[in-house]
Amino acid sequence: MLQQVSTYLYRRPRLILGLLLGPPMIYMAVIYLGSLFALLINSFYYLEEFTGLVVREFTLRTYAQIFEPANRDIFIRTAGMAAAVTIVDALIAFPLAYYTAKFASPRLKTWLIIAVTIPLWSSYLVRVYAWKLILAQEGILSWFISLVRLDGVLQWLLEIEAIGGSSLALSPIGMFLVFAYIWLPYMIIPIQTALERVPDSLLEASSDLGAKPLQSFRNVILPLSFPGVVAGSIFTFSLTLGDFIVPLALGNSKLFIGQAVFSYQGTGGNIPLAAAMTMGPVVIMLVYLLIARRLGAFDAL
Amino acid sequence: MTNPTPAIRFDQVSRHFGEVKAVDQTDLEIRDGEFFSMLGPSGSGKTTCLRMIAGFDRPTAGHIYLYGQDVSDLPPYERDVNTVFQDYALFPHMTVEDNIAYGLMIKGVPKPERIKQADEMLDLVRLPGFGYRKPSQLSGGQRQRVALARALINHPKVLLLDEPLGALDLKLRQQMQVELKNIQREVGITFIFVTHDQEEALTMSDRIAVFNEGRINQVGTPAEIYETPASPFVAGFVGTSNLISGEAAKRLTGSQQMFSIRPEKIHLGSVSDEPDNNMIFMDGVVRDVVYLGLFTRYLVEADGGIDLVVVEQNLKTTSMDVLSAKGRKVRLRWHKDHISRVGG
Repeated sequence: MLQQVSTYLYRRPRLILGLLLGPPMIYMAVIYLGSLFALLINSFYYLEEFTGLVVREFTLRTYAQIFEPANRDIFIRTAGMAAAVTIVDALIAFPLAYYTAKFASPRLKTWLIIAVTIPLWSSYLVRVYAWKLILAQEGILSWFISLVRLDGVLQWLLEIEAIGGSSLALSPIGMFLVFAYIWLPYMIIPIQTALERVPDSLLEASSDLGAKPLQSFRNVILPLSFPGVVAGSIFTFSLTLGDFIVPLALGNSKLFIGQAVFSYQGTGGNIPLAAAMTMGPVVIMLVYLLIARRLGAFDAL
Repeated sequence: MTNPTPAIRFDQVSRHFGEVKAVDQTDLEIRDGEFFSMLGPSGSGKTTCLRMIAGFDRPTAGHIYLYGQDVSDLPPYERDVNTVFQDYALFPHMTVEDNIAYGLMIKGVPKPERIKQADEMLDLVRLPGFGYRKPSQLSGGQRQRVALARALINHPKVLLLDEPLGALDLKLRQQMQVELKNIQREVGITFIFVTHDQEEALTMSDRIAVFNEGRINQVGTPAEIYETPASPFVAGFVGTSNLISGEAAKRLTGSQQMFSIRPEKIHLGSVSDEPDNNMIFMDGVVRDVVYLGLFTRYLVEADGGIDLVVVEQNLKTTSMDVLSAKGRKVRLRWHKDHISRVGG
């Protein structure tokens, strides 16, 4: 019986393909893309201010709201944070990924990969609130900073209007630290994977042809691992763009996109504006990917 | 007008990986301008020697001299040596032209000059007009030529080739053997060629070093290596050899010392052949016959239970003739001068 089924299928490769790919494709099309599409549709409706009801007719006035100064600031603030987090994560992740991929012994490599992924095993909320304690005014970081007598510098940083706040736990600086920490594994892993795929013989060839280590890095390693950096930055950038937990836990009155969406669709009941604001990060990511492709980030794929 | 200083000199060079002696106390001199092959089975230390000359590996003991200069501890980018890699190691994100001009770019040669020289190199390796392609658009043989051009553009003092023909099919390999040799003559650079293919080494080299288990067994011209192998290993690895020692050797030659006799030097005669003072005779029975078109290989069990391989060209015989020889009693004979005393 089983053999008959397998023989039947063996003779019909297209049927096998359909059976294997069908369910995930249906899931992808209906649930995943479908909900994105629903979001898109909703962003073209608008909320009647007076009645507080959603009017289901096509309009661009919800999108116009995004460009009001308050909302525009939210976008700029969030994109700026996402960019800063991405750049710093890339700078931290690259040396670590490079060491793991090219120098660590197989044993050490296993341990390093485990060490990078361990934080992902525990709840993200727990880690955010743990950081809140670390960054609190009476927390361990402030204690350490005053121990090395740098509290003047911290005070000065916190007094800067754009990034400061009453304490690290309630400031963009604190949020930045937490974001950079939380998303770091998502940057390390793609970069490491990309570096693993660069054969050692290419580095040998480069140095054989007279390139000093820095020149080999710039001409061979960086271009060939850049797709990994871009992949990692897609994670860190988009995750920061959409996050609302960290701003909620550590932010002040200045909103981030995720927070705004959260409050518009919840307490505000303004689903169209929430949807339109969600399309914002999608557009930003599309533009980002187009620029990355222009720069040749995917040429070596 | 060759330089009397050796291009490469190994002075008691060892490279140990923990317990494993990849290369052990090796002395070697490679002359200026020669085509030198390092021949041996995998794991014999030939590639490690090459990597130490290039600078990818450092000796654990001893010194390596490049034209008299001790380079043992210099990084690869400070040695005037270039390498053609086994997997070619072309940069996949660069065009052929940028690959070839890489060394010049690193040196800071201006772009127009780089392009001009890269084009000359493409002509030398007979790939004109291929500059704008990416390595992924080339065949194995073409990539091999690009790798060669990239290494030669810097005019290194020594060019290292790490089994560069290994990935090519037989026809292309034979064609590249001739071409490599021609290019070497044209540019006049010392070539050091690593291979496990004895035929390739015999075809191309001025001299060959035969490696076995981290040591060099013999250094010599192809003819010397083939005709007077210095060890049983060399006799067996380079071509096929019949090795005879002990009592049988004493009976045939008057000395117990081991000797080798090449299969093609043995004549397969009939038992009625008359003895002759210049010849060595041995009686036996043909145990197996392999017809190979151009020639036939016989396995003969000679008196005393010694198996000998004999090769005869099929000048007049047909496959029917040779295959019927199986089981026949034969008298083998070969000239006294054709034996070679091997080792101790």
